[in-house]
Amino acid sequence: MKNWLKIVAVVLLFYVHIGGMLVDVPRLNILNETIRALYFHVPMWFGMVLLFLLSVYYSIRYLRNPLQRFDHLAVEYANAGLVFGILGMLTGMLWANYAWGSPWHGDPKQNGAAIALLVYLAYFVLRGSVENEEQRGRLSAVYNIFAFAAMVPLIFIIPRLTSSMHPGSGGNPGFNMYDLDSRMRLIFYPAVVGWFLIGVWIVSMRVRVRELEEKIIDIENEKVY
Amino acid sequence: MILALIRKEFTLELRRKSVISGIGLYLFSLIFICYLTFSLRQNSISEATWSALYWLAILFSVVNSVAKSFIGEKKGSFIYYYSIASPQAIILSKILYNAVLCLVLSLLGYLLFSVFISNPVKDAGLFVLTLVLTSFGFSASLSLISGIASKANNSSILMAVLSFPVLIALLLMAVRITKNVLDGLERAASQDELLNLFAINCILTALAYMLFPYIWRS
Repeated sequence: MKNWLKIVAVVLLFYVHIGGMLVDVPRLNILNETIRALYFHVPMWFGMVLLFLLSVYYSIRYLRNPLQRFDHLAVEYANAGLVFGILGMLTGMLWANYAWGSPWHGDPKQNGAAIALLVYLAYFVLRGSVENEEQRGRLSAVYNIFAFAAMVPLIFIIPRLTSSMHPGSGGNPGFNMYDLDSRMRLIFYPAVVGWFLIGVWIVSMRVRVRELEEKIIDIENEKVY
Repeated sequence: MILALIRKEFTLELRRKSVISGIGLYLFSLIFICYLTFSLRQNSISEATWSALYWLAILFSVVNSVAKSFIGEKKGSFIYYYSIASPQAIILSKILYNAVLCLVLSLLGYLLFSVFISNPVKDAGLFVLTLVLTSFGFSASLSLISGIASKANNSSILMAVLSFPVLIALLLMAVRITKNVLDGLERAASQDELLNLFAINCILTALAYMLFPYIWRS
């Protein structure tokens, strides 16, 4: 990853944290000051979906051309996406505790998110239980693509069909074209970009660590012979 | 080719009577346990509970019975199939065969539920249509996942872990239609859900068809 992108990510997040806490927000019913959660909670979901998409992208590339590097990238994007998902869940529960009165409300969006996390946990269980490296890569790539496709209706379609208390759906104020005023956009979009860049940065570092570990193992094997 | 493979599945299944009666008995004891644990008298169960129990019983028996489609087979037979048939033909025949199996299981479950517990379904035609659609979706996703799980260690646990999150979307749609059916709403009310179910089925089948060759090659 390019160095200037890392600097951009750090600067953006500094800006988001200071601006997110201090800049005026519009007064909406129910939400009031808790609307600031938008700057910290929603970018997590955007980040998660983008990272999972990248993971699926590398899984497809792995199936077409089985290079070890694509497998590493797919796993690490899934890993980072899972972390973003857990953070998104926790920030959402924190917000729900104040806005809805309890951290877990069985809202369709919460359930969908929990299932998305289940899918990727299953993905890691699958990886843990195959020993042959090439086969592990191929099986988990297949499952990654299949499960992602099965998850799409669950997190994008079904929550829109049912009534939900989540802001932005069913007439509740929140994230949507008309409520999100231009001042909030100035902080929200940088937050999405900044968090996503941080995710990509983590992935690139972890892939490098994996590759170095493999080199070490190779060198040690050569010593043995 | 596909027809020949399907015929082979059926003859094998009918020849191994113990397996098919095992599955039937599994479903029967599952439903009987539901009946005993709720210690039900006639019609004392609410409709929401009925649909939850029904779909849970179907989910578990279907996962267990489709799991054997790849896991149960011997190593040598894989190599034999590999040499005579294309992977696409194999997955399609498995999906079609398992869809019939799932449908038979769901209908049997429906029958047993109406005998032991109750039959609150007001629109049987629509309910059976839902069963047909869900059976097909279950069989498409479970056939592929059983292929994945058969290649890994501790495959029986893996089968459940991998398949539940994938099946939830189908199950949610099915439960919603079931609720409409139990409430006696008219058919137009569940049209959206039926279309959704159909669309999910198409996605899952197409993906299983495209991805299976990659599992099969090893």
